[in-house]
Amino acid sequence: MSTPQPPMPQSAAAEWPAAPGAAPSAPAYPTYTSPIPVVRTHLGHALASEWTKIRSVRSTMWTLGVLVALVVGIGLLTGLVIANADPDLGGESPLSLGFFGLLLGSMCLITLGVLTTASEYGTGMIRTTMVACPSRGRVLAAKALVFFLVAFVVTLVCASVVGLLHVSLLEEYNAAEPTGEEWLKGTVGVSLYLALLGTLSLAVGSIVRHSAGAITIMIAAVLAPLVIALFMFSSSLRDVQQALFEYSIPNQMSIFYANSLSESGPSDWDPLWIMLAVTAAALAGAFALLKKRDV
Amino acid sequence: MIELEGLTKRYGEKVAVDNLTFTVRPGIVTGFLGPNGAGKSTTMRMILGLDHPTAGDVRVDGTHYDRLKDPLTNIGALLEAKGVHPGRSAQNHLLWLAQSNGIPERRVREVLDEVGLTAVARKKAKGFSLGMGQRLGIAAALLGDPRILMFDEPVNGLDPEGIHWIRTLMKSLAEQGRTVFVSSHLMSEMALTADHLVVIGQGRLLADTSMAEFIERNSRSYVRVRTPQREALLDALHRAGVTAVDGADGTLEVDGTPAEAIGELAARNGVVLHELSPQQASLEEAFMQLTAESVEYHAHTGAPLPPQQQQQWGESWRKG
Ligand SMILES: Nc1ncnc2c1ncn2[C@@H]1O[C@H](COP(=O)(O)OP(=O)(O)OP(=O)(O)O)[C@@H](O)[C@H]1O
Ligand SMILES: [Mg+2]
Repeated sequence: MSTPQPPMPQSAAAEWPAAPGAAPSAPAYPTYTSPIPVVRTHLGHALASEWTKIRSVRSTMWTLGVLVALVVGIGLLTGLVIANADPDLGGESPLSLGFFGLLLGSMCLITLGVLTTASEYGTGMIRTTMVACPSRGRVLAAKALVFFLVAFVVTLVCASVVGLLHVSLLEEYNAAEPTGEEWLKGTVGVSLYLALLGTLSLAVGSIVRHSAGAITIMIAAVLAPLVIALFMFSSSLRDVQQALFEYSIPNQMSIFYANSLSESGPSDWDPLWIMLAVTAAALAGAFALLKKRDV
Repeated sequence: MIELEGLTKRYGEKVAVDNLTFTVRPGIVTGFLGPNGAGKSTTMRMILGLDHPTAGDVRVDGTHYDRLKDPLTNIGALLEAKGVHPGRSAQNHLLWLAQSNGIPERRVREVLDEVGLTAVARKKAKGFSLGMGQRLGIAAALLGDPRILMFDEPVNGLDPEGIHWIRTLMKSLAEQGRTVFVSSHLMSEMALTADHLVVIGQGRLLADTSMAEFIERNSRSYVRVRTPQREALLDALHRAGVTAVDGADGTLEVDGTPAEAIGELAARNGVVLHELSPQQASLEEAFMQLTAESVEYHAHTGAPLPPQQQQQWGESWRKG
């Protein structure tokens, strides 16, 4: 490796005469003035650098690729299988078929969200990050914003493509033409919901500081309530079982397709507000901990 | 300039840094020495606002680190742990760093060139050797062309050419009027680079002195004498007004008298000498004596501890 000897082209050296060790009694210290312009950094800088981080690592690109493949692939498959069966859909909305792909895709969003924060603790990168931007809140905000936007846009595109696909595939089998509101909920609504779920994972990753641990927690949070509810046989627990079921993440997701697995419980846009509140609370917690703890 | 005032860090029961007060001045290289676990890295993390001090205060050019608006153009640091994502290329690592502080992107190419990583700029960091990783860390520190540079054991993993390069780099950075603060375990390394020394052991300040002063105080020379007629020689030396102290393995050590004089004295008194050799205590030995009591992680090799009388004289110039 070649090593060019003199470092940067500088002029400041000339201003400082030799023998700095002479210990001047009045601290007439030398000063170095960089030619690089002084910049007051703001959130924009943090956003730009977080965006570079996300796009410059292959694993994040892979995770997003898997997300697209899962949502679109499964969507296409269910569409084709149903169309092949030559059914009579009896005026049901075909959008709801996108649910399965998105449910699996949510695992990718959870993974990516967690990795955005927790993986930096694994590699020690977090120290570089915090040295570059000592305002810890700004770092977390930038990560959350960049991730949320990426997750939302990718999910929205996938959900829309799958929706269009299903509508065109199943038109002839007496499927309903989705209304504007149904389109809005089945694309924008569910994408916002999933992007928030990913952001919640990001906050959990920042709190737990361990990728595998945080991913496990989040996947458990998605699946455990349903599984637990399934095994609650005692009738005295009926109410708990019902609540677990209704507020489980898969059921909340299905509400965006208006074919909730249950009749009572959250409806319409409720799941979005619930997820928004939970994510905000988790981010607030992550922020407080980030401020308090050593990096 | 970095100013520490009563800086203390406790991890539970463990006091990692204990009431450190010193100033790192611009225009010179300040060496930060201490054995393993002395608290060097912890101190550096507190300077960078990564770890919160339990007590005390540390300021970078008069400001707390977390108040700096564009920290990388104020202070560049190479930390102990690599702090690089293994899947990201050197170039992209420096790019996001530059963006985070609004540093012009052309600096990325400049520093890559400066540390000699241009050829592997697009390679992922996980394929880097120890030395290449270290160079990338140094490139990151230089990125903002900062007034203050801090390196935690920069020569770790570097080959002789790399070590020479680091030395030259640190000196020239200091000559430009920058503050250069560098940690190490190696006194010999510091003797070649540093103008000022700060020595710590078990988190406490043991010395804060100029390199020149340290060398002057510690380049002790003495004569080692081995004789089967110990009492006779001691008598003769005593009569001549020369004092000798016990050395290792039954030898005697004589300070301040040339070997020739001791030889002639022995001859006049008919004392047989088996060995008569001038010795020079190395700076490394001086450093080991200084930190002997505070070394936390002794290796158990059965090696003899440093001679006892030497431990006291480390004390005479101990400060803090
Ligand atoms: N996060 C931490 N939690 C608990 N103890 C810690 C932590 N960081 C450091 N320590 C302890 O503080 C002491 C000082 O550690 P530090 O890494 O600062 O030493 P050092 O001088 O850099 O050592 P070395 O030369 O081996 O790098 C050690 O005893 C270490 O075990
Ligand atoms: Mg260390």
